Amino acid sequence: MTDVTLIEAVNMALAWEMAHDETVVVLGEDVATNGGVFRATVGLRERFGYKRVMDTPLAENLIAGTAVGMAAQGLKPVAEFQFMGFIYAGMDQMICHAARMRNRTRGRLHCPAVFRAPFGGGIHAPEHHSESTEALFAHIPGLRVVIPSSPQRAYGLLLAAIRNPDPVVFLEPKRIYRAVTQAVEDNGEALPLDTCFTLREGEDVTLISWGASLVETLAAADQLAVQGVSAEVIDVATISPLDRETLLCSVAKTGRAVIVHEACRNGGVGAEIAASLAEGAFLDLQAPVVRVTGYDTVMPYYRNEQVYLPQVADVVQAVEQVIAL
Amino acid sequence: MKERYEFHVDSLRYLDEQGYALGDLPEVAEDTDRLLSAYANMVLARTFDTKVIALQRTGQCGTYPSVLGHEVIGTAIGQSMAKDDVLVPYYRDQAAQILRGVTLTELLLYWGGDERGSAWAHCPQDLPIAVPIATQCCHAVGVGTAFRIRGEHRAVVCCLGDGATSKGDFLESVNLAGAWHLPVVFVVNNNQWAISTPRSLQSACETIAQKAISGGLPGHVVDGNDYFAVTEALETALDRARHGKGATVIEAVTYRLGDHTTADDATRYRSAEELKHAWERDGVKRMQNYLHREGFWDAEREQALQADCKGLVETAVKAYLATQPEPPTAIIDYLFETLPAALQAQRDRLVAGAGGEQ
Repeated sequence: MTDVTLIEAVNMALAWEMAHDETVVVLGEDVATNGGVFRATVGLRERFGYKRVMDTPLAENLIAGTAVGMAAQGLKPVAEFQFMGFIYAGMDQMICHAARMRNRTRGRLHCPAVFRAPFGGGIHAPEHHSESTEALFAHIPGLRVVIPSSPQRAYGLLLAAIRNPDPVVFLEPKRIYRAVTQAVEDNGEALPLDTCFTLREGEDVTLISWGASLVETLAAADQLAVQGVSAEVIDVATISPLDRETLLCSVAKTGRAVIVHEACRNGGVGAEIAASLAEGAFLDLQAPVVRVTGYDTVMPYYRNEQVYLPQVADVVQAVEQVIAL
Repeated sequence: MKERYEFHVDSLRYLDEQGYALGDLPEVAEDTDRLLSAYANMVLARTFDTKVIALQRTGQCGTYPSVLGHEVIGTAIGQSMAKDDVLVPYYRDQAAQILRGVTLTELLLYWGGDERGSAWAHCPQDLPIAVPIATQCCHAVGVGTAFRIRGEHRAVVCCLGDGATSKGDFLESVNLAGAWHLPVVFVVNNNQWAISTPRSLQSACETIAQKAISGGLPGHVVDGNDYFAVTEALETALDRARHGKGATVIEAVTYRLGDHTTADDATRYRSAEELKHAWERDGVKRMQNYLHREGFWDAEREQALQADCKGLVETAVKAYLATQPEPPTAIIDYLFETLPAALQAQRDRLVAGAGGEQ
């Protein structure tokens, strides 16, 4: 077992699956010779050759649509979008074709493609490199949206995403690409999709988050523990389809929920979770569900990105608010 | 740098508007059976078309795009492709799809609002009809890439209209097909109209075929109402594709003789005179004239063919109208291979017959 970063875990999962399934191919901008701008695909071209690791022309719509065509032929393409800010040109293909191929052909064809993209703020990147627009994808029937929050989950969830016979949008929180290392066994074991992970058990409040925001959420839980508040922390991981069951069970126990996400609030995935809790756990709730999110504004350039991003103190304050009720 | 870069686009035509050979015909002219099958398919597609429009007008079918004026192109495509090639169609490829083995009943189901219309069995790798314009071009290069990765000698035929050539999807795909040397044949049905937008407003390019040059591909203009020209261009392009020589763009020039769809009224934007002139160049009539003159065809055979086609269409319509809708659960059962737990409650509601999520 080796200690690896999240981005190294992504690379490990890609290499494992390519070595064990020759239908897995990788395509994207700068993924072959350069190994990807974040190095997610480093070494793959050397091991698996140019036929399976393809540098594409600079056209995101083409990357997504080509993956749809490959998938219709039984390949399992893993397409990289360099940053989430550039994925939008490919959304036409994901929404109109990847998400519908199985349904439209009544199972005659399907789309076992993975669309990978780094997302989120906090790395002092230029404009269009820091947004969290996962809700756009979560709204689309037929797409799975998966977000890892640690090296172990990046490895296990990416393996699961590639093996899944339906399209998966796999969003990687780049703020924690190299923030921590974790022991990951390179044994090809996948983690389940469509399932929340309970990172920490607690009694007084349920903290619900995903991706990089779990850093602040877990830190807040530590701080709250010192204050005598026992927080359960749940990593949603697959934001669509949503594992409501785990969330409802937790809230049935704690009676309180705070949702933390980096994306702006309006129409965010937090709203869907809050509505689900209101519908399914109303009688268990001792306080309104509260959201700690980014602001409903354009992601600021990096000098002010910390102003935008939810901080540990924001989470602690929200918990104090719901506990006080 | 070179002193000058030169490119060319050639054009191909074998028959004049009355179906007289302008010179020597290509090899396919020797194959009488193939010519007769081609004409029969054109008439079948046209008979089918007339019937579907009638069904739509009487509330028995949904919005439908007429194939009128595109029968020659589709027929040549269907005949030239090998069974294990892959067709990536747009929505005016009925004539090609029929030859690929898509049944008339399946076509009716598709346009009659039933997803099973794309679950055809006979050409299981052909892609379903792509409605969003030009998006299918990217799928075609993806399919071609799969062939290249596996070292298969198969070709992809991707169909689109003249409007689609203004979209990035087409240009990006032509570009990739060149860069990756892919076995793809792009067939542009240049029917002069993208709903109400005329070819002249679509692009200042003298030909659409020259857009191939931007991707490093050969581009050819052919008379889309000349069966011999379309067939010859396709055979050459498919042969190139299957032998690792790369992709081709064929611009098949025709005219959309019908409205864009049954929801459109083309008299709002084009003249009766223009339409009348287009009918004089009709490729189906031209083919019939040619066959007649060569002694392969007569009034009696024409009558028999018309009756056969009507019979085939009537049988298909009966089967279509007798097909019961899928159960309500079908709307959710094909979304994923396995129904996610998150959707189980919604499926239960469908089973209970509530007709919607509450």
